[in-house]
Amino acid sequence: MGEDVRPGTAEAAGRDDRARRRRTALTGNEAVALAMRQVEPDVVAAYPITPQTDIVQFFASFVADGRVKTEFVTVESEHSAMSAVVGASAAGARAMTATSANGLALMWEVLYIASGSRLPIVMPVVNRALSAPINIHCDHSDAMGARDSGWVQLWSEDAQEAYDNVIQAVRIAEDPRVLLPVMVCYDGFIISHALLNLEVLTDDEVKEFVGTYRPDRSLLDPDRPVTVGPLDLYDFYFEHKRQQAEAMAAAREVIPEVAAAYAALTGRSYGMMEAYRLADAEAAVVVLGSAAGTARFVVDRLRREGRKAGLLKLRVFRPFPASEMAEALGGLRAVAVMDRCDGFSAAGGPVFNEVRSALYGLDGVRPDAAGRPQGRAPNGPPLVVNVVYGLGGRDVDPEDIEAVFDLLFRRIEGEEPRGEDGAGVLSRSLRPSPNTEVHYLGVRE
Amino acid sequence: MARLTEVRWHGRGGQGAKTAALLLAEAASEAGLFVQGFPEYGPERMGAPVLAYNRLSDEPITLHSHVARPSVIVVLDQTLIRSGEVVAGLTEGGAVVVNTPDSPSRMRERLGLSDRGGVRVAVVDASRIAVETIGRAIPNTPMMGAVVRVTGLMELTRFLEVVRGLLEEKFAGRPRLIEGNARAVERAYREVRVD
Repeated sequence: MGEDVRPGTAEAAGRDDRARRRRTALTGNEAVALAMRQVEPDVVAAYPITPQTDIVQFFASFVADGRVKTEFVTVESEHSAMSAVVGASAAGARAMTATSANGLALMWEVLYIASGSRLPIVMPVVNRALSAPINIHCDHSDAMGARDSGWVQLWSEDAQEAYDNVIQAVRIAEDPRVLLPVMVCYDGFIISHALLNLEVLTDDEVKEFVGTYRPDRSLLDPDRPVTVGPLDLYDFYFEHKRQQAEAMAAAREVIPEVAAAYAALTGRSYGMMEAYRLADAEAAVVVLGSAAGTARFVVDRLRREGRKAGLLKLRVFRPFPASEMAEALGGLRAVAVMDRCDGFSAAGGPVFNEVRSALYGLDGVRPDAAGRPQGRAPNGPPLVVNVVYGLGGRDVDPEDIEAVFDLLFRRIEGEEPRGEDGAGVLSRSLRPSPNTEVHYLGVRE
Repeated sequence: MARLTEVRWHGRGGQGAKTAALLLAEAASEAGLFVQGFPEYGPERMGAPVLAYNRLSDEPITLHSHVARPSVIVVLDQTLIRSGEVVAGLTEGGAVVVNTPDSPSRMRERLGLSDRGGVRVAVVDASRIAVETIGRAIPNTPMMGAVVRVTGLMELTRFLEVVRGLLEEKFAGRPRLIEGNARAVERAYREVRVD
């Protein structure tokens, strides 16, 4: 700093580049509010709720200070916030909101109107437990409950990923092959209120990356009139839902394309999921959100002890990357799927059920002509157990995750589940069926 | 410094434990370290015990759990010592930094650390420093100076430079607060006594 560099020279460009790569430290909410300022949507309508509140406060300041030209709509509830962005998006605006927990619950019916109307709204969801009892801390029950609402769901491990996901979400949502709303999930307090390192882009780079939103059709385009939200009975409703399913399937192609473009800009690569030390692993945990970072620390520790541990971090839960999941986990011997949400199916949490479903049938492949076993899991699919953890912000530390790996290695060595016994921080299993283990991590019985 | 320094701040609502943890993390980040700074959110009330944490490292940090075994414990309010929990989990070779007019050896006794020779006890009268420099008994900024001294996290001049920059953002247009806080940090850095 301070040295004389003439603007526009190669030297200055190099310094700009260094400035861009410069590490900074922001809370998760600051990082997301920054991404929203840099995207500068046409409309933001939001209602504050802990732990999302900072985003609304920061963004309101950006508006008041004239740093964005965004039309900021203060509303009296989340139902109205989502309704306002639905209206804005249908009118052809790039629109965003943000919420948490009960706020997301109050948006419920309008979530489906946003996705069914194919409106590319982007919404950070700062994950928090649902009432009752009232709890403001991290839990994935809010977004998991909305998993079937037709929104794309990106999950973030830390402030960097939350920032990066918000910027990528805009391009994913607005891609003509997708045209679906996107939630960007990150953990309440653990990430939203923690000061963490990240690299940020310049305003210009973000604006260039997301481009100008030019919807094919909108309510404010009288030359190409369009109807939004009409009555649609048994004559066409089913076709529209089929198209919606196609759009979600198309997101499977679009998300990696957007990630590749983002990697070219930032050097940071994102896929549908991240496989960490999985290639030769025998046991792995599947996890999304901030606990993935803690799990990575544990995997490194176990590897130093010579134990073949791995991690699969889910980034995209909707669309669900089933075939990539089978590819990544098929060769393992035991997998623990971690759910920060119970789901109350009495048969395991939502991530568990989808992951295990993705692995079903892997052992059903016949041998080829030469009698060699085929398929991704020639020795049969891995044992998959479910671990429910962290509800209402219950801390999950390295020792907790190590206990999960211990369970997996004991099963690999042939130890049968004894009745419903747990061990240490792992609760007894709910045993919903003879081949299903559902443990609770760090809970009092 | 060690590869990973984990800090736990004990204070009472209103004393600025959270602000200190975030400001220390921001300053350490400016100085090139990888950082985390986060409070433990409970039912906050003025005067109620509060916790905040830092992780500081020369490598990226992926842990997102609470700090269970801190190598540095900072006590902003010595009335919290009665609870006996303030030194829980302190690692061997670690340090406790207390805002108190007590001597280091007296404080070691009060903390119940007389038989833990491998642990350092540092004291500084941060409340008095705050009154004399800032005009209010808010001990959080001077305690940052004491922590930087005890941990050897960075050079005083470098720390003062980044803290001043951050204070200028935080207290834009209030030069007396900026000056007062910067002087508080420097004085605590110099006045801290270690046993």
